[in-house]
Amino acid sequence: MNRKRNYSWDPFRDVSQLQNELSDLFTHYGETEYPPMNIWSNGSELLVSAELPGLEIKNLDVSVNKDVLTIQGANKANEAEDKTICHRNERGYGNFSRAVKLPYPVDVSKVGANYKLGVLTVRLPRSEESKPRKIAITAA
Amino acid sequence: MTAKPTKSRPVFTPATDVFEREDAFLLICSLPGVEEKDLDIHLEKNELTLTATQKEHAPEGFDQLVDGYRSGVFKRSFALSNGIDQSKADAQLTDGVLRLTLPKVPDEQPRKIPVNCS
Repeated sequence: MNRKRNYSWDPFRDVSQLQNELSDLFTHYGETEYPPMNIWSNGSELLVSAELPGLEIKNLDVSVNKDVLTIQGANKANEAEDKTICHRNERGYGNFSRAVKLPYPVDVSKVGANYKLGVLTVRLPRSEESKPRKIAITAA
Repeated sequence: MTAKPTKSRPVFTPATDVFEREDAFLLICSLPGVEEKDLDIHLEKNELTLTATQKEHAPEGFDQLVDGYRSGVFKRSFALSNGIDQSKADAQLTDGVLRLTLPKVPDEQPRKIPVNCS
């Protein structure tokens, strides 16, 4: 919402804000992005982790383009044997792809990825050009 | 080894596939971020209980920007039928996936009872 500089009372402001919040709630309701991802930053590098249990590394593809990280892959279906009865199928399988925009460009040559215990961890150092520089202020 | 869940960590129900073969039941359970020593499989009477504690993965000195999932404890119980040979159960944990094989008792096949007329 645009915040107006003029704070005069608008009888519909709260109502329209509520309307926006409610419609946002339903637009994304039930949508879960796969894989679930956590992102951390310490200012000079990013850590991205994603839960991807039971994946083969050859079916996993991680790519970075400036400040966009893409994780793609495929979850294999369970081996279907003859006369096997499926009582419960919750884990799901198939292809997935998820791209996230990173808060700053990263040095693509120094990105490292690791897959352990079904969790993918990607370490992305910030690119030198994007690091903040302190500007000296001179008094006239 | 016993996994000890702490009260402060969230508890999740792990996604599980259950298959039945002619000779065994197969349970496949997603447990990302769980080490072998933090997985506890408990079989008592006809109840199978899984408790798996995920590793805390918050890196030190970092601020979290995106909170897509939390880490915690996986917990789930299954009722087993009588026809399972509990002593031959086999569990394997690889890349965050548990595969639990529960063989059926061989003589659980239906038997025909002869009726004698006297």
